[in-house]
Amino acid sequence: MNGAQIMVESLKKEGVKIIFGYPGGVLLPLCDQLYDSGIRFVLVRHEQGAAHAVDGFARSSGRVGVCMATSGPGATNLVTGIATAYMDSIPMVAITAQVATNLIGSDAFQEVDITGITRPITKHNYLIKDVKDIARTVKEAFYIASSGRPGPVLIDLPVDVQRAETKFEYPAEIDIRSYKPTYEGHPLQIERAWKMVRDSKKPLLIAGGGVISANASEELKKFVEAAGIPVTFTLMGLGSLPVEHPLSLGMLGMHGTKYANYAVVETDLLISAGARFDDRITGKIENFAPNAKIIHIDIDPASISKNIIVDVPIVGNAKDILKELNAKVEPIERKEWLAKIKEWKHRYLLTYEKDALKPQYIIERLSEMLPDDAIICTEVGQNQMWTAQYYKFRKPRTFVTSGGLGTMGFGFPAAIGAQMANPDKIVIDIAGDGSIQMNIQELATAVYNRLPIKIIILNNCCLGMVRQWQQLFYKRRYAFTCVENAQPDFAKLAEAYGAIGCRVTTMEEFEKIIKNVLDEREKPVIVDCRIVKEENVFPMVPAGASLDQMLEGLA
Amino acid sequence: MTENNKGYKSHIIIIAVENKAGVLARIAGLFSARGYNIDSLCVSETEDPTVSKMTLTVKGDERILEQIDKQLNKLIDVIKVQDLTEGDFIDRELVLVKIKTLNPVVRQEVMQLSNVFRAKVVDIGRKSLTLEIVGGTSKVNAMIELLKSYGIKELVRTGKIAMSREYNQKK
Repeated sequence: MNGAQIMVESLKKEGVKIIFGYPGGVLLPLCDQLYDSGIRFVLVRHEQGAAHAVDGFARSSGRVGVCMATSGPGATNLVTGIATAYMDSIPMVAITAQVATNLIGSDAFQEVDITGITRPITKHNYLIKDVKDIARTVKEAFYIASSGRPGPVLIDLPVDVQRAETKFEYPAEIDIRSYKPTYEGHPLQIERAWKMVRDSKKPLLIAGGGVISANASEELKKFVEAAGIPVTFTLMGLGSLPVEHPLSLGMLGMHGTKYANYAVVETDLLISAGARFDDRITGKIENFAPNAKIIHIDIDPASISKNIIVDVPIVGNAKDILKELNAKVEPIERKEWLAKIKEWKHRYLLTYEKDALKPQYIIERLSEMLPDDAIICTEVGQNQMWTAQYYKFRKPRTFVTSGGLGTMGFGFPAAIGAQMANPDKIVIDIAGDGSIQMNIQELATAVYNRLPIKIIILNNCCLGMVRQWQQLFYKRRYAFTCVENAQPDFAKLAEAYGAIGCRVTTMEEFEKIIKNVLDEREKPVIVDCRIVKEENVFPMVPAGASLDQMLEGLA
Repeated sequence: MTENNKGYKSHIIIIAVENKAGVLARIAGLFSARGYNIDSLCVSETEDPTVSKMTLTVKGDERILEQIDKQLNKLIDVIKVQDLTEGDFIDRELVLVKIKTLNPVVRQEVMQLSNVFRAKVVDIGRKSLTLEIVGGTSKVNAMIELLKSYGIKELVRTGKIAMSREYNQKK
């Protein structure tokens, strides 16, 4: 077999049924091999779209996705998507073609050192120079991407290696001597943690993306219900427990709920499960959880004591560790603490005024109308934060958003991947008028593949989140953020691509069309929602402030 | 982080890595991306040709060192990381130094000095003399200090290599 055949057969062995990619010169042997391989190749319109689509595929399904691009610009176009997946620990295998081995280093046409470029944004990467290494490398790549703390792995495959011949033998097992992830927490640490939970008066648990990637929602629910622990979520952790669960406090941090942030200030025991104390969560680090001992459960030892010094670190998988804790747990009542939280939740309820078409209203209505398993993707900015605040997530893997890197243009291609992985579910992209234009070209991909993704554009004719910061911290000097003069007609744009487009400007108009939009099963739909321009995301903890210093409205 | 490094203790870290292309770049990239400083770095093959060892001298407080250790261990090609400073160890460095010796008296003096420090004369020119010094940091630094008064024309050092002692090992 030649290298291209071996690559395709190896991917089949890993159970790959779908690849998102874009062809090119030195990728031709592989493209040719894939043409009648039985693996579905989804042609995107820009390689960044392929990387985000694979990411959305992986986040919504839990399976490792594969994207593919040619050398040079094809490979560099994947970079933002790979970095996005790396920051959020999403399993992905990116395959890039490379110029022939004898040309590497000669500044050949479409040559770029992609393993060099992606070294700091991949969990690992490979440049394969010998056809005999392909099968083992693919096996390793899938194993590394999906085990331990998951992440993207890149394989760079020169065109001559794709053509070279050897015998195909796929390894049944691999052993990487230098890579042995820890899954089970240390029993003594778990014992210590349990005693602290038992003795605590005001415990609080932060659920992060690690709970979702470890599929630990059941274990989490069992633990917090038994031990009477209120739960707050990082952006990545939303969906790990229903937001409407009585113990849920919604999201914490910069745009978290007031009650979640107050609970962090007041708690005497903070348990973090699969979260990494990002600065958007902690605010001013010196004032974070000032009264609390901290238990940190994380599969990545390097996340522990990186930003915050913790009292009990437990390295391992959230699922395994919560299981162990559940084996020890005895029912605990914490009437006083839970009553206080209930009172906070009542007093500091998230609200907005329903005096015009407001983004919060749109998201609340979607949350009411959509089934529990609908998948909500977002772009980045105000649209993302309003969704995190007002959408009542009920299941894990239903919220697909770029957390760590904050990549505008992520949501729509990610929705394509999510819809491909979940053909029977409703997939929504809640977008802003800025973000959606960063990968609008993927409308062609969605139309061609008959993906009925609903793109809800919260259109305020400006780059809302940055404008909000300018309003609050830069004396309303709206530098480069107001774009109404050159905005396309999004409804017509949708139609030009063969999708469905409409525009609404009032709550009544929104109500009139939304049911039909959600019922569409064939074509992507853009709903251009003309929302109030100066609506802001509140509460807000200004960057560098403590969590209890929340802004509520305009100063 | 660079400015804050003053006053931090020096640590000698030994990293055993897969002897593969690109590994040095991964390590160096990690240090620069995360703002850790490397004072010296020495890389070579070991008794096992599939393994290379790197000896790094780095400065930092306990937290930085803990992060360096953890971040290095995250790299797939890193097999083992050891901070030798936690136990007893032997360290050596090799220095080549070319000294101005304009007259026989000076030359004589430098040669006597090199005897005391057990340095070797490895080259003699008409106006210079080159010494090879091998030793631990304090000896090497002491000798270089002394030689400065004669005028150093050129100096290169390998950077430290080190190994833990067989007894009294913490790790």
